[in-house]
Amino acid sequence: MHDLKPVTALGGSEPRVDTFAHVTLSENDGLVLASVAARLGQEDRCHSVIAKMLGAVPGPGQAVLHDPETGFWMGPDQWMISAPKTSHPLLADDLKQRFGDAASITEQTGAWACFDLQGPGMVDVSERLCAAPVRRMQAGDAQRTVIHQLGCFVIRGADADHLRILGPRASAGTLHHALVTAAQSTA
Amino acid sequence: MTQRNRLASGGQINRDETLKFMFDGKSYQGHAGDTLASALLANGVRLMGRSFKYHRPRGVLTAGSEEPNALVELRGGSRQEPNTRATTAELYHGLLAKSQNRLGSLRFDLLSINDRLSNFLTAGFYYKTFMWPAAFWEKLYEPVIRHAAGLGSLSLKDDPDVYDKGFLHCDLLIIGAGPAGLAAALTAGRAGADVIIADEDFRMGGRLNSETFALGDNSGADWAAATVAELQSLSNVRVMPRTTIIGAFDHGIYGAVERISDHLKTPQEGKPRQILWRIYTRQTILAGGATERPIAFENNDRPGIMLASALRTYANRFAVAADRRVAIFTNNDDGHRTASDLHAKGVKISAVVDVRADAPRSLDYEVLHGEVIDTKGRLGLTFAEVRLADGSTRTLECGALGLSGGWNPNVHLTCHQRGRPTWNDDLAAFVPGSDLPAGMTVAGAANGDMSTTGALQGGRNAALSVLDLDNAPLDLPAAEDAPVVIKPFWYVEGCSRAWLDQQNDVTVKDVKLSHQEGFRSVEHLKRYTTLGMATDQGKTSNMGGLAIMAELAGKSIPEVGTTIFRPPYTPTAIGAFGGRHRGQEFHPTRLTPSHKWATEQGAEFVEVGNWLRAQWFPRAGEKTWRESVDREVLATRASVGVCDVTTLGKVDVQGTDAADFLNKIYCNGFAKLAVGKTRYGLMLREDGIAMDDGTAARLAEDHFVVTTTTANALPVYRHMEFVRQCLFPDMDVQLISTTEAWAQYAVAGPNSRRVLEKIVDQDISNDAFPFMACANITVCGGLRARLFRISFSGELAYEIAVPTEYGDALMRRIMQAGAEFDITPYGTEALGVMRIEKGHAAGNELNGTTTAQNLGMGRMVSKKKDSIGSTLSEREGLNRDDDLRQVGIKPVNPEKAVPAGAHLMAMGGPVDAAHDQGYVTSACYSPNLGHAIALGFLKNGSERMGERMRLVSPLTNVETEVEIVSAHFIDPEGERLRA
Amino acid sequence: MIIQHPLLGPRDAAEFTYMGDAKLIDRPDWQSETAAQDFYAYGYLRDNPAGWHKELWFHEAGDRSWLVVTRNTVTHEISEVALARDVARARGRSK
Repeated sequence: MHDLKPVTALGGSEPRVDTFAHVTLSENDGLVLASVAARLGQEDRCHSVIAKMLGAVPGPGQAVLHDPETGFWMGPDQWMISAPKTSHPLLADDLKQRFGDAASITEQTGAWACFDLQGPGMVDVSERLCAAPVRRMQAGDAQRTVIHQLGCFVIRGADADHLRILGPRASAGTLHHALVTAAQSTA
Repeated sequence: MTQRNRLASGGQINRDETLKFMFDGKSYQGHAGDTLASALLANGVRLMGRSFKYHRPRGVLTAGSEEPNALVELRGGSRQEPNTRATTAELYHGLLAKSQNRLGSLRFDLLSINDRLSNFLTAGFYYKTFMWPAAFWEKLYEPVIRHAAGLGSLSLKDDPDVYDKGFLHCDLLIIGAGPAGLAAALTAGRAGADVIIADEDFRMGGRLNSETFALGDNSGADWAAATVAELQSLSNVRVMPRTTIIGAFDHGIYGAVERISDHLKTPQEGKPRQILWRIYTRQTILAGGATERPIAFENNDRPGIMLASALRTYANRFAVAADRRVAIFTNNDDGHRTASDLHAKGVKISAVVDVRADAPRSLDYEVLHGEVIDTKGRLGLTFAEVRLADGSTRTLECGALGLSGGWNPNVHLTCHQRGRPTWNDDLAAFVPGSDLPAGMTVAGAANGDMSTTGALQGGRNAALSVLDLDNAPLDLPAAEDAPVVIKPFWYVEGCSRAWLDQQNDVTVKDVKLSHQEGFRSVEHLKRYTTLGMATDQGKTSNMGGLAIMAELAGKSIPEVGTTIFRPPYTPTAIGAFGGRHRGQEFHPTRLTPSHKWATEQGAEFVEVGNWLRAQWFPRAGEKTWRESVDREVLATRASVGVCDVTTLGKVDVQGTDAADFLNKIYCNGFAKLAVGKTRYGLMLREDGIAMDDGTAARLAEDHFVVTTTTANALPVYRHMEFVRQCLFPDMDVQLISTTEAWAQYAVAGPNSRRVLEKIVDQDISNDAFPFMACANITVCGGLRARLFRISFSGELAYEIAVPTEYGDALMRRIMQAGAEFDITPYGTEALGVMRIEKGHAAGNELNGTTTAQNLGMGRMVSKKKDSIGSTLSEREGLNRDDDLRQVGIKPVNPEKAVPAGAHLMAMGGPVDAAHDQGYVTSACYSPNLGHAIALGFLKNGSERMGERMRLVSPLTNVETEVEIVSAHFIDPEGERLRA
Repeated sequence: MIIQHPLLGPRDAAEFTYMGDAKLIDRPDWQSETAAQDFYAYGYLRDNPAGWHKELWFHEAGDRSWLVVTRNTVTHEISEVALARDVARARGRSK
């Protein structure tokens, strides 16, 4: 085992939590991520591995909120798989084993900052952030959108008041600032 | 006396809540529910400002957002906002307002001399007068004009408030909450549709709040309030008062400004002042109502002269009589309503002057057949001169005069996509044309249905139609259904100083002059006279101008046509467009994984794109940046240095055709690159110009990691996707950006291997891991990592990458491991110096004009394969021997600097563009060589080594003698790299 | 503008990057005898119609698909949107 200590996307040793009257914004440091892209001509094989893992293949604009792995559609024949860091520390390697030459797997954990926005004001906050129709989205809807000029994914969780936001990790501070100001603005 | 013009009863104001406010330093009182204009009128204040050009005393003309005249500076200090319409400014406790556009006091404006000089200040005055001599413009005319003209003044301080942006989605957007909008919203809302109803007013109801008509058993205002309450109770309806739809954009996108805090003294903590919403809707019902227009006659701009409908609004909604003695001048039946309403409230009606012989009569007041031809009253109306039909004249004593020239449907939003309104003779007005924005339906007065019943039915029917509903059970209350009876009448014969556009001081005379001088297009009229070009965009003035122009040209009004309506519908603060994107938040900031550590070291940072990169790391005692940079360069070349290079773009390229794909995007070959090796790649545009460069590391047969320059990461990725999806769609290749997934550090210098050997878990001896090797490895006892033996500095060097979350820890570990070798962190400046010393091209050389040949890499362009740019790079013009070649440049006198951007000229030859031989792209001081060095491009440069040239920079007055040398200043044989 | 993404439905044009004429898909054969002339025409000779135009748009803030959008440059009306990859295959492009 190595002895290097990771930091969260916001640079702390512990994930940050900001509490407002109507929402709680939590930095989620517990996810590992890897992308899966079907090899040309191997789409069916790739789909069946995904279906076996998640229970279904996420279609465009969709996530499958499976446990422990969750997957959402990123682009044509491309998905992002996430899982808890504790149970899947080497997710990309695991996926390479599972998919073999049916898909290209890319480690993505370090590329993203993840925030969970939860509470009765979640939709109001999201309306100040992005053009994605969060109010109309259902549990398991996942869209790429723009928040403060940053390309982000927004995913409606199983709880009706929960939105997961994945944004570029290097801009975690900017994204967090945008989320906090939108929360203050709608409090 | 306080509020001497406040009526004893009525109005939608809260008399229990008294609000104090200040206007021009004097204290007044009003009530909750007042606007600044209604409160001033209640206090008997008619004079509210001075006009733009002639500094004429002006009062309020309207009771709405179309107001041209009553513009004030609202609030003070950094919140001071000029040109705020008193008619829309909601009164709040402690409101502070100042009249504007005056020199001295409002009552004795020193610039009112302009009014006496009016013969010289007609249309085109500026164009004609200040033409000559040219030099006078900047020095004399402009400063004087700037001082005298303009409306309000800016605080010149930062706006302390914040503005939000937001996004809303709906099935049906209803614009305007008058009778038509409310009926539409109720129909759609009860049917369960996803509805947004927006109105610019703080009190919804539109004209229902301004009229005395009954709706069924209720007053119009009560019906509106009850309807709004029901709509607010529906979860599928979003009710947005204080929200102006400012533009109708393509495909059902609307811009809206919601004023969250404008009615408060200061916004609540954390709350925005305004929100700029982008509304996405499937269908839209425009129920924006209509705007009354005035009639032009001599001196029609005195305070106290206003629209008849505005007088009615002030009386009915705000319980304010603009004056206790009022006259009306009208060409249609609606004007008479003002007289009867005011009479009922005990206001003395001096007379109603109607241009029609068959005007309705009244038992309560006199109705005269004639025209108002002039007025009196220096700072406010005192008398109106009337010319009766029989030619006799009469003088009416009055402090307010209501004008009713008919109503213009508010067609603006129907025209934002180049729709053209059509003329309706019955209304003597333009109504929406057939070319509406897709998804838009117009209802109510905006559609020319001027009666309350027509509006209610129009709104309901529009909602039924756009939602495709079967007869929803909405019973409409019984309401007035009077027809429009009007005789078109625009201006009084013989008038000249009769104002059309009160905000820009454009008169009937100006329009006539414009015609006389040959301006025939309505767009030319607008620009020559400035009619309709003020912040009110001519809402009350354009029609008058058009009518006069039509008459002079012998055309009909529709033949003349309207000018083009453009967004925004009403003036919008720039701050609202900026939203949160200002100051530090103007664009996102990207931080490198070592940012926190670098901050602790006291690094200076530089913005590279959105990235903040350490530029250098100053140490105690270093007085200039050069001292720090020189030290970093020397220490790296002498022992070892470390630099965060995470910002370079990284793209994961996988698939069985990955190597073929790289062969397409790079001009040089990649098919034969062995697994575990890295190669430099040059990417061309299709026209043969260099696009970007970087390295591709082959981690497996079907897996490469490609790097791009920091600045081009995004466009290069886009280009790669274009090549993959559009040009070679059957290649088995998958792309994904991994720029931020890995923290990557360059460890460079003769001791770099010794430092890394303490960190990585594998053998990295020169044999095991030679120059240009790459591998997936582990570090620190098992953390997955990547190692590349590549060098930008020219030294023995590696780039080591770990998952980003471990970047901070790895940097600290490298520093710890390197302590015994005095490892030196270096920033982008030292990085730049070392690459110039080594002769590596970078962004300054790959500047969008240079080819592989220019860069001295012409032979890299493989002719054995097809790659992007390979065919066009063979063009004759790009392959001339005398073309630019990258060279090194050094000063003959080592004390001299070599400025970047300077041009190379032959010794003794002329210094001009025709004799330009080349230019410097990158320059620095080389601490290793002890003098300045530079890279640049020189015609036929590779054949001119040793030649002496003049380096000139006429702009900075620099001329230096330089020698052309190899671009490889350090270790030209590359021995250090392979050590 | 709203672009009807073939997979994702209506998306704001602000999410896209524009590249112009979709004829860029028809990249000439480098081994043709007229390759130089063909690439010249491909690179430099484009129509710029006031009216219907097939254009390439990249869904940069979305799924990273290149789309071929048939758009009226005067009215902004969009009549057809297709994945560029499908269009390219239909036009005979392969490896």
